[in-house]
Amino acid sequence: MTPRRSVILDLCVQAEFHTLLLLSLYLLFAGHNQPGGGFAGGLVASCAFGLRFVAGGSSALSRSISVPAITFLGVGMLFAILTGCVSLLTGHEFLESAIFSADLMVLGTVKASSVLFFDIGVYLVVLGMSLLLLEQLGGADGTDPDEVQP
Amino acid sequence: MFVLILAFGCVAAVLPALAAHIGRGVLYVAAAVPAATCIWGIWAYGQISDSGPLIEQAAWVPQLGLTLGLRFDGFAFLMLSLVAGIGVLVFIYAGSYFHAEPIIGRFAATLLLFSGSMVGLVLADNLLALFLFWELTSITSYLLISIEDEKTAARSGAMQALLITGMGGLAMLGGFVLLGEAAGTYSMTELLERPPSGSVVTVALVLVLIGAFTKSAQVPFHSWLPRAMNAPTPVSSYLHSATMVTAGVYLVARFTPAFADYSLWRPLVISFGLASMLIGAYRSLRQHDLKLLLAYGTISQLGLMMLLFGVGTRESIFAGCTLLLAHGIFKAALFMLVGIIDHQSKTRDLRKLDRLGATWPVVAATAGVVAASMAGIPPLFGFLAKEEALAALGETGFAWGVPVLIGVVLGSSFTVAYSARFVWGAFGPRPVSTIPHQDSVRSEAVGQQVPKPSKMFLAPVFVLAVLTLLFGLFPSLIDPVIARAYASLAGVRAEHHLALWHGFTQALALSAVAIGAGFALFWWRLRVEKLQDSMPKVPSAQRGYDRTVKGLLEASDAVTGFVQHGSLPIYLGVILLTMIVLPGIPLLSDGVMPDLWFADSPMQVVVGLIMIVCACAAAVARRRFAAVLLVGAVGYGMAALFVIQGAPDLAITQVLIETLGVAVFVLAFRHLPADFVRSKFRRSQGAQIAIALLAGVFVFLFTLFAIGARTEPSISGEYLDKAYSEGGGNNVVNVIVVDFRGFDTMGEIVVLAVAALGVAALVRAKRSPAEVES
Repeated sequence: MTPRRSVILDLCVQAEFHTLLLLSLYLLFAGHNQPGGGFAGGLVASCAFGLRFVAGGSSALSRSISVPAITFLGVGMLFAILTGCVSLLTGHEFLESAIFSADLMVLGTVKASSVLFFDIGVYLVVLGMSLLLLEQLGGADGTDPDEVQP
Repeated sequence: MFVLILAFGCVAAVLPALAAHIGRGVLYVAAAVPAATCIWGIWAYGQISDSGPLIEQAAWVPQLGLTLGLRFDGFAFLMLSLVAGIGVLVFIYAGSYFHAEPIIGRFAATLLLFSGSMVGLVLADNLLALFLFWELTSITSYLLISIEDEKTAARSGAMQALLITGMGGLAMLGGFVLLGEAAGTYSMTELLERPPSGSVVTVALVLVLIGAFTKSAQVPFHSWLPRAMNAPTPVSSYLHSATMVTAGVYLVARFTPAFADYSLWRPLVISFGLASMLIGAYRSLRQHDLKLLLAYGTISQLGLMMLLFGVGTRESIFAGCTLLLAHGIFKAALFMLVGIIDHQSKTRDLRKLDRLGATWPVVAATAGVVAASMAGIPPLFGFLAKEEALAALGETGFAWGVPVLIGVVLGSSFTVAYSARFVWGAFGPRPVSTIPHQDSVRSEAVGQQVPKPSKMFLAPVFVLAVLTLLFGLFPSLIDPVIARAYASLAGVRAEHHLALWHGFTQALALSAVAIGAGFALFWWRLRVEKLQDSMPKVPSAQRGYDRTVKGLLEASDAVTGFVQHGSLPIYLGVILLTMIVLPGIPLLSDGVMPDLWFADSPMQVVVGLIMIVCACAAAVARRRFAAVLLVGAVGYGMAALFVIQGAPDLAITQVLIETLGVAVFVLAFRHLPADFVRSKFRRSQGAQIAIALLAGVFVFLFTLFAIGARTEPSISGEYLDKAYSEGGGNNVVNVIVVDFRGFDTMGEIVVLAVAALGVAALVRAKRSPAEVES
């Protein structure tokens, strides 16, 4: 079984990669009021990178992202824990949420909750986990599709 | 006092960075902290003479009623002056002992941390805080013994010390908890004022004593102390002679006024103390390594201290305090001397050292003074302590007083013999040994050509030697300190004073006997050596330790081999069977079948049918790839059901998870054969099918019963109400995940991260190291 690189898939993925990432960010930020959230957003972003991997192999994956997967895991955990600690420091319970709203004139009123930062942490951990799995399971043997010319 | 303890930690934190710039100068910087402690101690000593002990308290874990209490009294001052005073000298000494080694920053920081933990230990009033500092000294001791971590002996010695003292520390913690619960307080002051009673207290005291005995290297837990001699000598002279090993003695001294009359206390402490004194001193006579000779001597001296405090009469407590101080001074000085000899001549084997006294007359004289103090020869401080001890044991009034006294006199004569052996071995001519196999060692003599140590190197030893001489000649200098230490232990003023000359007493006669017998033992040392060699070999504590560790390793090997045999089907079978059996029993006996209805909409029926077909097909699929795709299809069906029920969030998540799950499965399958491997054994295949069917039926029933098991009203209504008002979001699912159940989510993402790391580690483990490197 010799893996082959499909040009059509490659081009399609290039076209939708950034759209998917944007969608994932939308899900992350909209999650508090509409369907979505950090978990779903992180999964969409993971799928985007997964497509990248399917189309171009692990080298395409490492070209599209320069930060090691493990950093996503760590930074994500840090976000989540620090969110909890900030509410501790301000004299509330661990992870107690605070709601801010700001009037941005033309853009209307924006309301944000401190749990958004926690959700960002969840997003990053999910993404980091998938990237790590892709990196580790994907690059393990010599059947890297990228090595085979189209 | 809190500030004082914290200062040790804070300075220690910057030392490694500082070491990169000023090299061994950090040791002098570090010395400033114990020096400041000394000054504070003297100031505080002035305070307590007027107003009683200084007490500081801080809330530690208020929810549990834990208070961190520190208490400074006379006995704490005695210990503090040992810890901080010798600490300053050791840091200065280490400045000459080390060169510009890269470990210097780490060494200085760890030694300072140890120093701080020890200060905390002697100041702590709360039993749990005491335990905390106690363990900190064990851990820093471990780090210090193995500071030269490329030496195998240093590493295994450190491990042995940590295992034995750590085991004792755990026992002690158990004892503390029992005592604290029985007394209703964890404050040592309150506990000792109103000691609890009952059989629980007996158990607790035994546990506490195990902790004290392991820490103070009492027989049969002493084997770690000689092994700890692999540490650099500044560590040995600080931790393993003057301070850390006296922590056990310290604890016994604190407890003895309250518990000495308890049935088990005296027999236990006295027998272990006396045994340690005799065995330590006896084994010390056989050592050729000067450091080991001193280490066994330390075991012996600690045994005597234990014994004195364990007897618990007023005189013996007074004698114990005196010996504690005297021992700290002379033993630290002797270790430093060994370090100097080792450093200058590169050996500390007394069979190689030849007439070093002729080359270094001043050093030899100093060593003579300090060793004479250890032997208890007048007019030195050690003599005073030994006199007090013999006098106190002579007037206990107990039936066992006489045999114990005889034992101590015998031990003291051993002490005189090994002190003489130490001085003669280090500075006199090489011994003429009659044991043939030692000829190889004797071939190289070290003596004339050894370079002289610098004045800075010798200064700490001189200071200690002068102190032991001064306190011996003018006991009134140190008498008030010991009297106050005694008073804070015994609760009454000392009506007794240290003196060089008490008249012709029984103690003086016994001292003379011990010194005479000791010199006789030394004079006929070759015969004594031969006699010792001809003695039947008794099982040594070291072998006991080795066997225990080996047995533990073998047992855990066997257990691992049984539990982790490596067969995936069996792992899975065990997990599934546990899942079926444990909740299955209450489920079948108490489960309530809910009212069942067919379907809410025709779409549900269609999707359900598709899912059933896919699931069955997945079960019989021959190729892995097909099976995964079919399982994925079942998942998408589930997502469709969520949509039908109006749960878009769950549906999105389900679809994404299935997509990604299939992708990861496919990746993992690249490492596996394309087809499922059929088991060759029909019986095991049958068992697998049975377990799989059982698990399926179980999950089905469990879900059904779970629906019918609701006894309280659902909380989802409350969540719906509060989602916007308290969580600030319209999406209830998200508000629950990140806000209401935020802690759960935190746990889940930790699990995710750990699982990802675990997969990465497993995949990497299969590759060769070279691949991982690249």
